[in-house]
Amino acid sequence: MANINRPTSPHLQIYRLPLTAKMSISHRASGVLLSAGLVLTVLFLSALAGGQSSWASAQGFLSSGFGQLILFVFTLVLNYHLCNGIRHLFWDVGCGYSLEAADLANKVVLGAAAGLTLLVWIMALAA
Amino acid sequence: MSLRTPLSKVKGLGPAKEGASHWWNQRLTAIALIPLALWFSFSIALLAVADYATVSAWIASPFSTVLMILAICVGFYHGYLGLQVIIEDYISNEALKIGLLIGVGLLALLFATLGVVSVLKISFGA
Repeated sequence: MANINRPTSPHLQIYRLPLTAKMSISHRASGVLLSAGLVLTVLFLSALAGGQSSWASAQGFLSSGFGQLILFVFTLVLNYHLCNGIRHLFWDVGCGYSLEAADLANKVVLGAAAGLTLLVWIMALAA
Repeated sequence: MSLRTPLSKVKGLGPAKEGASHWWNQRLTAIALIPLALWFSFSIALLAVADYATVSAWIASPFSTVLMILAICVGFYHGYLGLQVIIEDYISNEALKIGLLIGVGLLALLFATLGVVSVLKISFGA
């Protein structure tokens, strides 16, 4: 151990991840959540296919505070994965690899996801 | 000197024997899901609390039937491709990895079929 202060590899436990890295791992995490959300969606569709009474109990759950919270989080996670996924498609064609572009895209993605979610719920509540 | 055989260079399928098809299918489904996800998130925000007659009439319209079936099929396929990569990246125990890959694949197929059949039942039966 000649030089203790040498740069070391970024161990995840002590390394403060930059926003770009946090958003990268969040893309995976949101994908896992969305898979669970898709399963939930199918269960609610099968409740609808089951007829009036089974939909009534599904609707009761979805109208409750907890149900509304799940719906809101689901749309937020979906819009995040959507916006960040579009940024990944830009990366796939070779655009936006500079630090400045990545920093800007972080903000655009987060803003677009939040804005889209608000827009969806304002339109839904107004309709 | 390369250890790769001329045949493997011509085939271009790489060590996983499937070339870029996993990567390509994930991107293809991602593009298809852009409009589907926008439509889907607005629909569930609008309809999750509506009554039986409203929601079933909405699903039964040809436009919604087609988009919902596409969203389910493309969504589960895209989700399966993503979960597959996550399992391959983070699970190092080979038996557990193979088991999870099989389980996730079969569950995706099961729930996708349940979703499609439910939508068709609502569309044709209501």
